[in-house]
Amino acid sequence: MTDRIEDPAAPEAGAAGAAEAPDAGAVVPGTTAAAAAQAGGLVSGASLWQDAWHDLRRRWLFWASAAILLVVGLMAAAPGLFTDRGKNENCDPNASKLPPGGDHLFGTDVSGCDYFAHVVHGARPTLLIGVAVTVFALAIAVVFGMLAGYYGGVLDAVIARVTDVFFGLPFVLGATVILVAFPGHGIGAMTLVLVLLGWTTMIRIMRAQVIAVRDADYVQAARLLGASDLRIMRRHILPNAIAPVIVVATLNVGNVIAGEATLDFLGVGLQYPQVSWGLQLNQAQSYFVDHPHLLIFPAVFLSATVLSFLMLGDAVRDALDPRLR
Amino acid sequence: MTEDKATEAARTDEKTAGDMTAGDTAAALLEVTDLSVEFAVRGQTVRAVNNLSYTLGEAETVAILGESGSGKSVAAQAVMGILDSPPARITGGSVRLRGEELLGLPERRRRAYRGARISMIFQDALTALNPVFTVGDQLSEMFQVHRGMKRREARARAVELMERVRIPAARTRLDDYPHQFSGGQRQRIMIAMALALEPDVLIADEPTTALDVTVQAQIMRLLADLRDELRMGMVLITHDLGVVAGVADRIVVMYAGSAVEQAPARELYARPAHPYTAGLLASVPRLDRKGAPLVPIKGAPPNPAALPPGCPFHPRCPRARAVCAAERPPLAPVGGPGHSAACHFAEEVHGAGAR
Amino acid sequence: MWRYVARRVLQAVPVFLGTTFLIYAMVFALPGDPIQALAGEKPLAPSVVHALRERYNLNDPLLVQYAKYLGGLFRGDLGETFDGQNVSDVLAGRWAVTAQLALTAWLFELVIGIALGVWAGLRRGRLADTLVLGGTTLVIAVPVFVLGYTAQIVLGLNLGLFPTAGTDDGWPMSYVLPGLVLGSLGLSYVARLTRTSLAENLRADYVRTARAKGLTKARVVGRHTLRNSLIPVVTYLGVDFGSLMGGAIVTEGIFNLPGIGQQVFQSIQLKEGPVVVGAVTLLVLIFLLVNLLVDLLYGLLDPRIRYD
Repeated sequence: MTDRIEDPAAPEAGAAGAAEAPDAGAVVPGTTAAAAAQAGGLVSGASLWQDAWHDLRRRWLFWASAAILLVVGLMAAAPGLFTDRGKNENCDPNASKLPPGGDHLFGTDVSGCDYFAHVVHGARPTLLIGVAVTVFALAIAVVFGMLAGYYGGVLDAVIARVTDVFFGLPFVLGATVILVAFPGHGIGAMTLVLVLLGWTTMIRIMRAQVIAVRDADYVQAARLLGASDLRIMRRHILPNAIAPVIVVATLNVGNVIAGEATLDFLGVGLQYPQVSWGLQLNQAQSYFVDHPHLLIFPAVFLSATVLSFLMLGDAVRDALDPRLR
Repeated sequence: MTEDKATEAARTDEKTAGDMTAGDTAAALLEVTDLSVEFAVRGQTVRAVNNLSYTLGEAETVAILGESGSGKSVAAQAVMGILDSPPARITGGSVRLRGEELLGLPERRRRAYRGARISMIFQDALTALNPVFTVGDQLSEMFQVHRGMKRREARARAVELMERVRIPAARTRLDDYPHQFSGGQRQRIMIAMALALEPDVLIADEPTTALDVTVQAQIMRLLADLRDELRMGMVLITHDLGVVAGVADRIVVMYAGSAVEQAPARELYARPAHPYTAGLLASVPRLDRKGAPLVPIKGAPPNPAALPPGCPFHPRCPRARAVCAAERPPLAPVGGPGHSAACHFAEEVHGAGAR
Repeated sequence: MWRYVARRVLQAVPVFLGTTFLIYAMVFALPGDPIQALAGEKPLAPSVVHALRERYNLNDPLLVQYAKYLGGLFRGDLGETFDGQNVSDVLAGRWAVTAQLALTAWLFELVIGIALGVWAGLRRGRLADTLVLGGTTLVIAVPVFVLGYTAQIVLGLNLGLFPTAGTDDGWPMSYVLPGLVLGSLGLSYVARLTRTSLAENLRADYVRTARAKGLTKARVVGRHTLRNSLIPVVTYLGVDFGSLMGGAIVTEGIFNLPGIGQQVFQSIQLKEGPVVVGAVTLLVLIFLLVNLLVDLLYGLLDPRIRYD
């Protein structure tokens, strides 16, 4: 009985409601929006994510960033596809800091290692940390943001204060203190530190989103029909609250990668024999005036990766928000 | 009574040459002819308004009736000259104010008329008033910008305006923000702002839609009183037949961007000549036809980007025949003076009277 | 209003305690014995070690140490370094540099960020908009140290427009390049935020009303739209000032500015706990204070906000 009543109100219906809400809001301001709303009538009925995908497919920025991320992802997953040299292999100290060209497409680094191989191998830790940190931070944000927003009261206040504590910590200083105190500086330690300092933004957005949909009619209806809190949160609130958090998470991957590189650069992040773009930039800092390729190649790869995540996030946000079309 | 008010209005300094001809109804106050507006949306062209025509005399009210998306608001904004272009584009027609063509006037001239000679009020005063300025600021801005008054003088006039629209304790509320007023009072302030310079024409776009029913009646009463007092012409845009009934002299019914019927108010209520109008009348409860069944119009308004061929109403029309899908009926005279309808079977419908 | 301020201050207390305790505990957990580190290779007599440990409360449990530290803090005493210098004195000279740097960066964010944002927002979908969006995305994506070196080489060395390192030329010349680099990220965010907010507000109903009132475009935008649009921007600018103070380590390093970030970074490496905790405590205080000010300013800008 309960199942039969609750199911019709499940995600599709809810998501479609969310897709229409911005449209309805857009009818009010001005004629531009009125026209957009009229055009929006063409696709009404499709779900929010279907709409977004429909929109995304026609954006070249989306495809460009997806292509870059695919290449970088391949580098991280299977560096062997790009270079037959292993990490820190076949280095010739007599051939250090060679300019690009000849045997070495990107030249060689300070220790005479092939810089192209180096850059390829740098993709894995960078990407791994970026994605892992975001996934963990997202999980924390979704769970605790949901609880705080849904139940409010003391729980909300406590979570809000704890969030404030971590939000107030200066990023570089905080990370440096923790990392210096930490015994190891591997990928695991970096991930932990970056999660610790990086979960606060998303939880705030999640909480605000949950509060925004918590009192919606369909949630009230589900409650009146006797759905449990867990079910309401999972089936009714989550699908309608998650979109902006996903967008921020995508942008966040880029920010985490940049932050990780900064810590590497300062010398408190990953350490040799690890290979990462940030470490390469750290080594380059003393030589880049005379050997700019040492700075340029890792910087370009790092920036392109961060840029792709930012553009991807932007594209998804624009696609999800019909008002900005 | 009305004449007294007319002479009174004529004496005030803002109203000059225009009102000297108060008795002369030959030159229409506002004359809209064949107005057409298009929108470019995602590479598509949407015809939002098609060849709309109506005329408005002094102290007269023309109601433009239609569902949302029928083009009625777009047409009003085209008359005001506040459409965003792009995406909107006025593709043809003319708008004359006391005989003077407004379309194609340089923006500076147009701007001087806007708010001063034609003004407009909007549906939701909460969003239509600027949330971060006091109502006093927003009211006195009219006098400061258009009349070059000093702040103190403009504020004094703002208080008068608020009193005129019957806001209690106007002086003390001058420095309140819009959100501190009730819905009805906000709409009164909106009206006060629009009437600050005693315009010739007031366009009221769904002025009561966002309000409670009891407040709706008060606002409509206020608008009608002010219209008579200032002898202005009023274009009342609404989807609500009930709002129209008491105040409109003539009614233009719009469907999918075009006028489908135009008639004096009484005539339209008594003997609609377009099936859409007839359908609208049949779908609202009426005191004079107690016990008659309410008949909704089936289907939904068409997508303006993909209008059906022929008569745009035919997929929903109970009288539709083959000709309706093939040929678009022109707006043609039917019945009494001033009555016209765009239906192949207008005479038949008209003959049947209101159901 | 005052009740709101009081409540906000009350809320800030646990945050302040939590943050400083967190830092204190982490510094406490730093490996190695600071007393031994101070002595270097020389062996110290056990009695000396004991005396020093007593003096710095190192024998107390963590919570007691923290409580004693807090007590000192309320008397305006940030404690001593292990070689006997007053932490306040160590930090005093450094604050001025960081404050000037942060302020310069903040001014860049405020002026250039808002100007770019307005420019793009008014021309949404056109070339100016695309340029600003593309440019700011690029600046956000390029790591700050790469930007720093690039600016140093191109604007400093090659063009010789500004000094490339140190504070010898004083404010503003010495701080232009580092300020620009430090502020570049925030500047980009401010520009994007302003642009989006302005573009969104330009579609608002009250803008249509303003046009219906017969106002000039300049007045419609400048008076009626800008103020509404800048509300979120002000929030960002406020919060960011705190981050600028705390986030200057990299910039100070590149441009060799003897600021608070450099000091703290060295102190962490040297395990000079009191300096680290003192500096971070002050940063957190500034951060909380600025946030409170921003919230109050927010109410001035947006009359719909009620403090209760």
